[in-house]
Amino acid sequence: MELKTLTYLVVGASFLVYIGIAVWSRAATTGDFYVAGKHVHPIANGMATAADWMSAASFISMAGLIAFLGYDGSVYLMGWTGGYVLLALLLAPYLRKFGKFTVPEFIGERYESRLARIVAVICLIFISFTYVAGQMRGVGIVFSRFLEVPIGVGLVVGMGIVFIYAVLGGMKGVTYTQIAQYCVLIFAYTVPAVFIALQLTGMPIPQLAFGSIVEGESIYLLQKLNQVVTELGFPEYTSGNKSKLDVFCITAALMVGTAGLPHVIVRFFTVPKVRDARLSAGWALLFISLLYLTAPAVGSMARLNLTQMIQTGAVGEPAGNLAYAERPDWFRTWEATGLLEFDDLNGDGRIQYYNDQNAEFARQASGYGWNGNELNVDPDIIVLANPEIARLPQWVIALVAAGGIAAALSTAAGLLLVISASVSHDLLKGVFVPNISERRELLAGRVSAAVAIGIAGFLGYYPPAFVAQVVAFAFGLAAASLFPVILLGIFSSRINKQGAIAGMLTGLAFTYGYIEFFKGLFLPWAGAPWSENVAENWLFGISPEGIGAVGMCLNFVVAIVVSRMTPPPSAKVRELVEHIRYPREAI
Amino acid sequence: MTIHDARTRYWRANLRLVAVCLVIWFTVSFGFGILLVEPLNRIQIFGFDLGFWFAQQGSILCFVVLIFYYAWRMNHLDREHGVDED
Repeated sequence: MELKTLTYLVVGASFLVYIGIAVWSRAATTGDFYVAGKHVHPIANGMATAADWMSAASFISMAGLIAFLGYDGSVYLMGWTGGYVLLALLLAPYLRKFGKFTVPEFIGERYESRLARIVAVICLIFISFTYVAGQMRGVGIVFSRFLEVPIGVGLVVGMGIVFIYAVLGGMKGVTYTQIAQYCVLIFAYTVPAVFIALQLTGMPIPQLAFGSIVEGESIYLLQKLNQVVTELGFPEYTSGNKSKLDVFCITAALMVGTAGLPHVIVRFFTVPKVRDARLSAGWALLFISLLYLTAPAVGSMARLNLTQMIQTGAVGEPAGNLAYAERPDWFRTWEATGLLEFDDLNGDGRIQYYNDQNAEFARQASGYGWNGNELNVDPDIIVLANPEIARLPQWVIALVAAGGIAAALSTAAGLLLVISASVSHDLLKGVFVPNISERRELLAGRVSAAVAIGIAGFLGYYPPAFVAQVVAFAFGLAAASLFPVILLGIFSSRINKQGAIAGMLTGLAFTYGYIEFFKGLFLPWAGAPWSENVAENWLFGISPEGIGAVGMCLNFVVAIVVSRMTPPPSAKVRELVEHIRYPREAI
Repeated sequence: MTIHDARTRYWRANLRLVAVCLVIWFTVSFGFGILLVEPLNRIQIFGFDLGFWFAQQGSILCFVVLIFYYAWRMNHLDREHGVDED
C-alpha cells in the first residue's frame, strides 16, 4: 500500500477513537466540564497529564534539538521533568485541597481580590495562547508532510477534532481522549527508536542503547558520535557550548514554568483526594519519563545516522561525501517542505555538511575544496524523518504521523480548556455576571472553547516562530508570573493582594519585555527586535529563554517587600491558608 | 496535646521532608548535571560520561523516585498525625 493511503488510514483510525470517546464521555455539569467531576483515578490522571504535558515540542522538536545541541539540549530534558517535583511537593496537594475549578480562582480567593484574579487570567491567557500556537504549527507540519494537504486544510481538520471532544466533553472528554492519545504517542515514539537502536547497537531498549557499543565496532555510541562530529569541526556532542549560568537559568525557567503552567496544574484538580494528587504527579512523571529517557537516545542516534549518511567516507576525500544525485527519497520529500535545504556552494555535485563557523576547521576544509556548509537541517524534521532515514517499514512512518498529531492535539485541547474555563468561570461568573446559572455558564464555557479554537487555528496558520522556541517562552512567562504567587499563597499567610499583584505584573512585564527586546513581538509582522540576540548583549549573559528565572526572582522579591509595607491579609485568608495545609478538616 | 499542636507538628514534619527532597532534586540536576558536570565527566560508567548521563537521563530517574518517595512518606505522616482523609 502507498505510504499516503496508509497514513490516512492510521491517522483516520486514531481520530475515530478520539471522537468515540468524546461521544461516550459528554460533560453534563460545570463540574464535569472544568474538572471531570473529580472522579479521575490517579493512574489515569497521570497518563492524561503526560499527554496533556507532552506537546508537539516534546514529540516532534525535542529529540531534534538535542541532536544538534548535544549536552546543551539537557536543559529541555531536566527542565521539562524537574518541574513535576516542584508540582508534587509544593503545589498539587494544596491546590487539590482548596478544591475549586481554576488557578485564577485560587489566586482571587487567596488574595481576596478581583483584580488579582483578572491579572492571573491575563497571564494565563497570554501563556496558553503562546503555547497553543506552537501546537497548531506542529499539526500543520505533520499534515503538510505526510498527508500532503495544504497546511490550512490540515489545521481545519485538527481544529474540528479538538472542537468535537473539547467542546462536547469538556475536561471529562479531554481526560479520556488524552489517555488514548498517550498510548498512541508513546507507542509511535518508542517503535522507531527500538528499530534504530537495534540497527545501530544491537540493543533493543533505546534508553540503554544510548550507552551501548556500536554494532560491529568496539567503541561506545557516544564516543563514536563525538569522534564523527569533531572530525567535521563541530563541538563534542557530550560537552556544552552555552555558558554555565545560561544553562542553569534556562533549566530553572523551564522547571518552574512547568510547575506554573495552568493547564498542567488544573489536571490535579480532577482527582478525588489530596493523596491522589501527590501520587498522580509521580505517575505522570513516570509516563513522561518513558519518552524523556528515550529522546536523548533518539537524538544521538539520529545525529550519527544523518552525519554518516552524508559523510560516507573519509573527511577530505572527494568521494567521501554523498553525491546529491544519489540522495535518498526522504531527502527529496523533505526538501519539498523547505525544512531541508541544499546549496551546492563549491559546485562539485556532492553534499558537504560541516561546521563552517569553526574558523580553524573552515580553513582546513577549504583545502579540500569545500566552500562552506551546504546543508541546512531544521531540527523539527529529525523525529519525523527518523524512520525514513533508518529505512523502516511504512507503517512505522504512518504511526509516527499519528503520534505527532496525538501529541499536538492532546496539549492543544488541555490549553483550550483552561482558556475557556478562565473566561466562563473566572471572568463571567467570577467578575462580571456572578449570578449566572450553571446551564448558562456551561454554555459560555463551550462557546469560549470554540472561539479559542478559532484563534488557535489562526495562530497556527500564521505561526509566530518555531515550535520549541515559542513554547520555551510560555515557560518563562509562567515561571515569572504565576508560580511565585501560588507558592507564596500556600506557604505564607503574610503575602497580601498588593504584594501578589505587584509581583505578578513585575515578573510578567520584565520577562516579556526582555524577550520582546531580543526577539521582537511574537507575531512576525507586528515588530522587529530592538537589539541583536547575541550573548554579548544579554543581561549577565542570560538568553531570553532563561530570563524567566530572573523574572521569577523579581516576582518573589517584589511580592514579599510590597506585602511587608502594606497591611496583612484578613483572618479569613489566614483560615484558608490553614485549611489547605491539612488533608482532613479540623473537627 | 491539642489539635493545634498536632497540626503544627504535622506541618513542620512536612516542611522537613519537602526540604530534604528539594535538596536531592537540586543536587542531581543543577548539581551533578550542570555545576559539577566537568569533574563528573571524568568518571566513565558503561558508555557514559557520568555528568552527561545525569544531565540527560540520571536526573529524570531520580525525579520519578523522589515523587513516589514523597507521596509514600506523606501518606504515612497523614495517618501518623491523624490528618488523613479516611
